[in-house]
This record gives sequence, structure tokens and C-alpha cells, in this order.
Amino acid sequence: MAYTVPKLTDYSPSALEKSAAECIRALSEEASAVHNDAGLKAFRDRWLARKNGILTQINDLWLKGAPKESKRNAGIRVNELKVRIQELVEGAHVSAAGETAAERIDTSLPGIRRPIGAEHPVLRASREMCAVFQRMGYAIAEGPVVETDYYNFEALNFPPNHPARDTQDTLFIAGQQSKPQRERLLLRTHTSPVQIRTMEKLRPPIRIVIPGVVHRNDPPDASHSPMFHQIEGLAVDTDITFGDLKGTLDHAMKEFFGSSVKTSFRPSFFPFTEPSAELFISCIICGGSGKRDSDPCRPCKQTGWIEILGCGMVDPNVFEFVKDNGYDPRKVSGFAFGMGADRIAMLKYGVDDLQLFFHGDVRFLEQWA
Amino acid sequence: MKLSARWIRDFVDLSVDDRRLAEDLTGVGIAVEGIGGSGADAVFEMEIGTNRPDAMNHYGVAREAAAIYDVGLKPLSGFGLQAAGASDPGAEAPSKYEKTDAALKRCSSTESPVFMITVEEPQLCPRFSARAVKNVKIKPSSEKIAHRLQLIDQRPISNAVDATNYVLWEIGKPTHVFDMDLLEGGRLIIRKAKAGEKLKTLDGVERTLSPEDLVVADAMRPVGLAGVIGGYDTMITDKTKNILIESAWWDPLTVRKTARRHGIHTDASHRFERGADFESTVLSCDLVAALILQSCGGELIGDVVDVVSKKLDQAPVVLRISEVRRILGERMTGGHVFRILKKLGFTPVPEGEEDAEFRVQIPSWRLDVEREIDLIEEVARLHGYDKFENTLPAYSGAVIELPNAAVNKALRTRALALGYNEAVSLTFISNADAERFSSASVLELENPLSEEARVMRTSMVPGMLDMLAWNLNRDVEDVRLFEMGCVYEMRNGERVEPDRACLGATASSLKRSLPVGGALDVSKGESAMAAEVFRAFKGDIESLLATFECGPLNFDRATADYFHPGRSARVLANGSVVAQFGQIAESVKAERKLRQDVFLAEFDLDLLHGFGARKVKIAALPKYPAVERDFSFVFADKVEFEAMRNAVGGLRLNVLRSFVPVEIFRGGSIGAGRYSILLRVKLQSEEGTLRDDQIAAASEKIVMALQGLGGIQRA
Repeated sequence: MAYTVPKLTDYSPSALEKSAAECIRALSEEASAVHNDAGLKAFRDRWLARKNGILTQINDLWLKGAPKESKRNAGIRVNELKVRIQELVEGAHVSAAGETAAERIDTSLPGIRRPIGAEHPVLRASREMCAVFQRMGYAIAEGPVVETDYYNFEALNFPPNHPARDTQDTLFIAGQQSKPQRERLLLRTHTSPVQIRTMEKLRPPIRIVIPGVVHRNDPPDASHSPMFHQIEGLAVDTDITFGDLKGTLDHAMKEFFGSSVKTSFRPSFFPFTEPSAELFISCIICGGSGKRDSDPCRPCKQTGWIEILGCGMVDPNVFEFVKDNGYDPRKVSGFAFGMGADRIAMLKYGVDDLQLFFHGDVRFLEQWA
Repeated sequence: MKLSARWIRDFVDLSVDDRRLAEDLTGVGIAVEGIGGSGADAVFEMEIGTNRPDAMNHYGVAREAAAIYDVGLKPLSGFGLQAAGASDPGAEAPSKYEKTDAALKRCSSTESPVFMITVEEPQLCPRFSARAVKNVKIKPSSEKIAHRLQLIDQRPISNAVDATNYVLWEIGKPTHVFDMDLLEGGRLIIRKAKAGEKLKTLDGVERTLSPEDLVVADAMRPVGLAGVIGGYDTMITDKTKNILIESAWWDPLTVRKTARRHGIHTDASHRFERGADFESTVLSCDLVAALILQSCGGELIGDVVDVVSKKLDQAPVVLRISEVRRILGERMTGGHVFRILKKLGFTPVPEGEEDAEFRVQIPSWRLDVEREIDLIEEVARLHGYDKFENTLPAYSGAVIELPNAAVNKALRTRALALGYNEAVSLTFISNADAERFSSASVLELENPLSEEARVMRTSMVPGMLDMLAWNLNRDVEDVRLFEMGCVYEMRNGERVEPDRACLGATASSLKRSLPVGGALDVSKGESAMAAEVFRAFKGDIESLLATFECGPLNFDRATADYFHPGRSARVLANGSVVAQFGQIAESVKAERKLRQDVFLAEFDLDLLHGFGARKVKIAALPKYPAVERDFSFVFADKVEFEAMRNAVGGLRLNVLRSFVPVEIFRGGSIGAGRYSILLRVKLQSEEGTLRDDQIAAASEKIVMALQGLGGIQRA
């Protein structure tokens, strides 16, 4: 039975007290039964509406009908009650306990997710690696993919007919026979030509990092692709040393793979650097132990070390090609390095087949989203 | 390349085990990639740089080990001669040089010559040594020789042939043995081949020679390709009785060119191309002869013949300690440098005060060392790369970002946000695809991997279609991909690499992105759905183009023929075509066996880069409320929305904020050839709240403009 405001006959303080208490009890009951926004609005209107709301009725019935001698006391009581009612009504809210089964939804259903694209893992790794060097003051440089023999080989100290050229199976552009050898076009086999192109344009000191696509005549398999990605670096200044090469790359490897990674440099040969080195990092899979639990670690062939890049001090013969732009090998020195972005992505993300990068298979790519 | 650990230890006494030896060799750049077998049969899998032919053999590796551990290297000797490795190359008698011919004589000098050696090309054959052995018996090699060769993957053939192979792997010097009785005219001539001359080589192939080939010939014909491979007709057989041993030093470039011209790569050519030890020709002859005497019996004929027509130029190299420090950054002392070089067989002679520099004599087996920097590398690698302190250089230069880096990143971020996965496809396409998908002139490969990869891509479309097909063929239906990269073209005889971007999406992925219940075209049927899917794709294109400061975009239908003619559009900005997009043509879908409709977009990034990144422009927020009015019209099918927008836009109403279609319907009571469209305008003034009469006036103008297009307003 819904509460209605009774007419008062007994204006004694105790009777007033009792009527007020009944009113508050009714109010509390109604408040706890509010379980949606519409109910809340109705509830508020019922109690507080200026026209015929319960509060107004109390005012009308209890105060106006009070005998003269009780008016003062009743006025105080009714005012107290008004404040209380207002407080309680304002404070009323939709009660959780009051939700009906019909309004309850299955919150364990999966959310509606808008598709978000993923950066390509190789390009992501490449950008991350470049960013490491950018934070060390390196600028990004680029150059053409279709190169001349001069930039890809000759100016990098691969003389014509040098056996070192055999180490880079080259894809040649057709119809170049009538040109002088140094002008013949080919697909760059490394990003190193950009070293020369940049030194031709900018005087020392320079620090550049060069991401890009390169090609070799390698049939595709799990670890080869005729097209892949490299990241090249070059720093030239008046006082760059072999120690600087080591320190810079050690820092870069720790930034990229994690601070626990150790580096080791071993002598190697590249025509455009001398001394030349290969950089190994402690195996990021097995931590350098050569074992995964009791099984042999495959990525490092159980050696605990993984070859990651080639590097070295810029060969003076390379500087000779750009000597006129401030690169006198007697005055400047520098280091260069080059690594495979695809390989680095394979290591970082644990991908075991290079071909996966080039199919555009969204089941593969989405894993980086 | 495999080497036997036991064989290396023949020449150097080491206390370390094989594993440690392998590690230490690797540490100085003589890389041991792996160890196979064990004990006496342990084999090192070597990776020797192309600059170190001297280390592509057991003695050479032993020499490095001796330097690492600072122990003695045992000398080699043939017939009591000093080993090349231990000899002083400067001690040769000067009179030995500048001969271009010599005769092999019997022991007694009164007897007539047995064999004449004539070098017609002294520049290409600076040194030619020979020895003869008679009355041999050809049979299989001894167990020891055969076993050692087999360990390192060499096939034993016969005692005499194995002797040459054994010496090659022992000291790195290739030699050759002839059946002396099959050589005509008692002489060998080192000459250029005559055009068209024939030589059947040891591999059984009959080869036609060119005048650029250097040959070893007898009086009648070529009997060997110099430094590359011997002749078949003069080879050792079980009938051979007398043997002539050849050991020469050939010009590396000539050997390389001949080997390449004939497509032959032998252990001999590999070493001669990289530079053999000039001082080991006699030693190698002697070692081969000694092995032959041991295993085939017989006896030597006379002494060794050594024709030295040109001495190799190996000038001493000056090494400054200041330069060592400048490059390596470590305060190395002269004494330390001296000891390292000495251990490696160099002869450093101190000059200047306190060993400030050295004049370094280079050993004959190190043709790779010619410059100061080469010596610095020797010092660094023996010192140990990992012992150098890691330092970081100071830098005072500026860092300049590539001009398009920021806008490319913004474009990529938008594509990712729109749900497109970044993809990378191969840069090669087939000639047929190049013709089908572009009109550019192509860069064709001289040596493509396959017909399908014959030219550099002139369009990103074939690669994108391949990737879409790859997914569809694996029942992956919802595919959205984008790729940014270059295409490769010839323009006016110059190669260019314009930047492009390409978007690909399957129809089902676009359908999924349609808002529920938000269809514009509510008619039933495929065509209405197609319009919705097209709009879903077009929205992505518009979002991507909004990366750039393109100004107003215009759309037309003049797309390439690989697009569906009715469901594709070109985008023009400031008169230039910056993109084209739409559903792919049915013919292409059929050719590529695509299992559903796919949509493509191509962006000319070069042009878009020209517009630059869109600049942020802010406008004051409206002060007064806007009102919306809807107009329902029926138009003939040929009247497109663009016409309505232009007509209404042409009114230049300054209160018009937007004009959009809200619902389209075909069929039902509308009748064929026509459609109903509900259009919504938003009106707003900057000066005050619009009054009813102002709204009515604007509405009337809009209605009249639409009626002017033949539209009939519905009640």
C-alpha cells in the first residue's frame, strides 16, 4: 500500500514524531525499490513535485491544519522533516540489488573489436633499430635500389673482377653491356652504396643510419630471399676509433635486445672496412648457455653466440673516392656497420622461416597488432 | 672448407685441445664454424675470408696457431730445402730472375735437355717451376694419404694425382702433374690460346678457347688452362711411367677471367685468383715429387727448373705507431706491435725514436697486406678485438630527418588504425604483369630467378593481388593490407624509383566494417550492397588522403582497365591524379582465380609528398544553434549525388554547413530508372539564431536547385 499523507489530529510532540518516522520509513522503502532511471524520476516527482508532491502535501495538511498553539512546534518539526526528505530523495539512486533478470547482460561475451592493423615485423624491427641510432644522433639516409656498379662495388673497394664480388650474388639489369662497367645498373646487394652517396653530399662529421631493400640472386628458402632488408650505419669524424665502433654497437645491441646482452667482436673481411669485424651477441634464446633446458639451443648452434652484423673501420680506399668532399683518410676516420633487418626480426620475435615475411598472410601479420 | 685438426698439429706443438684451438683461431679471424668427428679424425669446418688464401690450408692455419700461442712453426722441406714459410724471401739470388725459358736437364749437364720451358707471357706467368720423375708406378695412394684426403672431403684418385691434392691442402699451393710421355715435342710453352683452339679438360668437357685464355701448351696443342684445370689427353693414367710436375704463379685476374669464361671453379683457381705464395713454387714441386717417389717409386730426373720472368713487387710497408693509435684508440706500445708482427712472419724494422714507426717486410704468402691499414688490422686481430675498451664518440653534427618521414609515418598510422596490416611483397613481377598493370617502361633483369620475376615491379598491384590471393586460398576471408614502397621505371633513359602506396581489401572485410543499420542505400539486392561496400572502401581512401594538404578532391571514373568500370574511381587533387581505387575487374579476378571480389587502391606518394602533410587549421566554434532540414526527391538514375552537391554548393549559401544523402531507395513504387533519395542539409549562421523565414528562403533555393536537375520533390 503506497504511502499517503495522513491528516493529523494529534499535534503532540510524540504524535508528530511518530508521523514523521512513518513518513521517513515509507520514503526509505520506496527509495530502495527504485531500480531504473525511469523509476528514479517517478520517485523524485512523487516526493518533491511542487504540485501535489508528498512534501507539498505535508506542508499543506500538517502545517496549515495545525491549531494555533501547536503551530510553532509543528513548524519546526515539519521543517526538519522537509530537510530530511529532501536529503533522502536527492541521495536516492538506482539500486544494484534491484536489477531485474531482463536487464542483466552476459558481460563475459567478447567485446566488439575494430580491426587494428599491425606494422610489418621486419619494418618494425628496422624502425626500432634505426630509432636506437637516431637517439645517438644518427640521421636516416636513403638511396636507390637500382644502383650502378660504381656505387655498389667500385667505390666500396670491390675492384672490377675482384673475387670479393663473388660473395654477393648480384642481380643485374639487362642491356647494360654497351656501358662502361662502372655505369652498369644492378640491384644493390647491400645498403652500403648509400655511404658513398651520402659522403658525396655531406661533409664530415656525419652519422647516418640507412634502412633499405636489397637484392641477391638467392632462391627463396627458410633463410634466404632474393629481396631482403638491411640497416647500414656510418659515422665519420676526425677522431673515430675502433673502440668507438665497439662501444656504439655494444650500446645499440643492449638497447635493442635488452641490457643483459653481451657482445663479442671477431675479425672478418669486407672490402670496404679495415679492420673488419663480425659482431656476435650472446644468444637471446638460451642466454648464452647453448642449451634450452636440457635440449641443444638451435638458433646459436649451441655456441651461445649469434652472429648479428658485419662492421669495421672505413677503409682508406673508400675515403679516397670522396676525398674532395672533406674525407681525407689522413684526417678523418670512421666506422661502418650493416645488418639484416629480416634476420634481426626473426631473432627478436622467434620467427623461423624468412618466407613468412613476404606472403602478406594476415594470420601471421596480425600477431604484431 | 674442411681441415683436419691432426694435420694442423703436424706443424705446431700445441697443448690446447681442439675445441679451444677452434675458439682461439676464430678469435683471430680464422673462423672455425664447427667441429666434426673426434680424436685424430677431428675436422674443422672453416670459413676463411676471401682475402686470406694463405690460411686456406693446414700449414697456413698452423702458422696462425703458432702466432696465437707464440710457439714455433715447423719448417717444411722437400729435398733439404728450407720451407717457404721459414725462408727469407729477400735472400733469393738476383740472377735467378728475368728468365723466360729454361731447360730441364739430366743430372749430368753434358746430356741434352729433357724438357724445355718457354714463357711467352711473362706478365701473366711470372714464375713457372717444374720437376720430372721417371719410372713411376701408378696405383692407389697409401692409407694415410687417402684417409687424410677423405677426412676433408677430397676423393682419392691415384697416388700421383693425390700427391698434388695433398700438397694443395697442406700448403695451399696448387700444382699439376702431366704424363710426360704424352706431351709432344719435349717442351711446354706458356702462351695465349689461339682463337678456336680446342682443349678437352680433366672434367671431360671439350672447350673452345679464346685468345684471352692463358694456356700451358706442348709443341702441338694446349694441355692445360693456366691455373684453372689440366688437360684430359695428358693426364695421369695407370699407364703413366714418367711424370712432369708443374707449379706456377699465375696472374690472379687472368685465372679469374678464364675460370668465369668457362664456368669452372676449382680449388686451384680459387687460390690463384686470390693470390698464391710466390715463393712456394719450387717447394711445392719438391713436396709433390717427394710424395710421388714415396708412393710410386721411380726417380728424379735432374734438378728443379725455376723460370722466374718477373719478380713480384712486395715493397716494405711503413707502420706508424701514431696511426695504430689513431685508428684503434688504444695506447699500444711499439714493442707490443713489433711482437705481434714478428709472430705472424712479418719482419718489422724499427725506425725513428722509441719505435715510433716500423718498416715492415711482408712475407711472400701475405699478398693481401700492402698498406699501413692492413698491418693495423693484423695488430688488432692478434691483440684480440674483445680486449679493446668500448668507448662512445662525441658528436657535434646536426640530425636532419628525411623530408617525408613524418608524413609517411602519419599515413602509415592511419592505415593501421583503419585495420590494414602493413605488408611487404617481393619487388619482382612478370613481364606480363608489368604490361597488364602499368604503361611504364621496365627494368628487366639480366639473370632473373624465374620468368615470374623477370622485371622490377612497375606497379604495386600484382604483388598486392598475390598477397590477397595467398590469403583467400587459405580460407582467410577478411584481409586488409597496405604496402608502401617504390616502383622501378625507365623514364627518358634514366631509372627512377617513384614512391607508391597500395591498399588491398577483400569485399568481406569491407562488409564487416559497415555500421549496423546505417546503410545509405536501403534497396534490396546486390547492387545496393555493392554501393555500400564501395563506400566503406572509399571512406578509407578519404581518411588516408586527409593525411596530405591536397585541397578539395575530385573523383572521376577514368580508372585503369584492371578496375571494375562501374565500381572504381580516380582521385584528382589540383588537377593531378593522386589515387585510383575500387573493385578489381572481373577479368582480373578470373585470371588470378580470386575467390571473392577484392578492392585495390593505388596512391601516387610522390605527388602526395608534393602537397605535404595537412596543416592543422582551427575555426571558432559556432555560437548559434544549427537546424537540419530533410528533402525527399526522386531522380533519374543518371543524376548522381555529385551533381546535386555541385548544384547546391553552387548556390553559395553562407548558412549551408553540410549537405549529405541520408537514404537511397530503388524499386517499389519508385519505378524503374529512377531512385528516391533523402537529402539532409544543416543550416547555421554565424550572426544569430536562424529565423523561420531565413530557413524557408534557403530551403526554397535548395529545392529549386535540385528541381533544376530534374528532381521531383516527394511529399
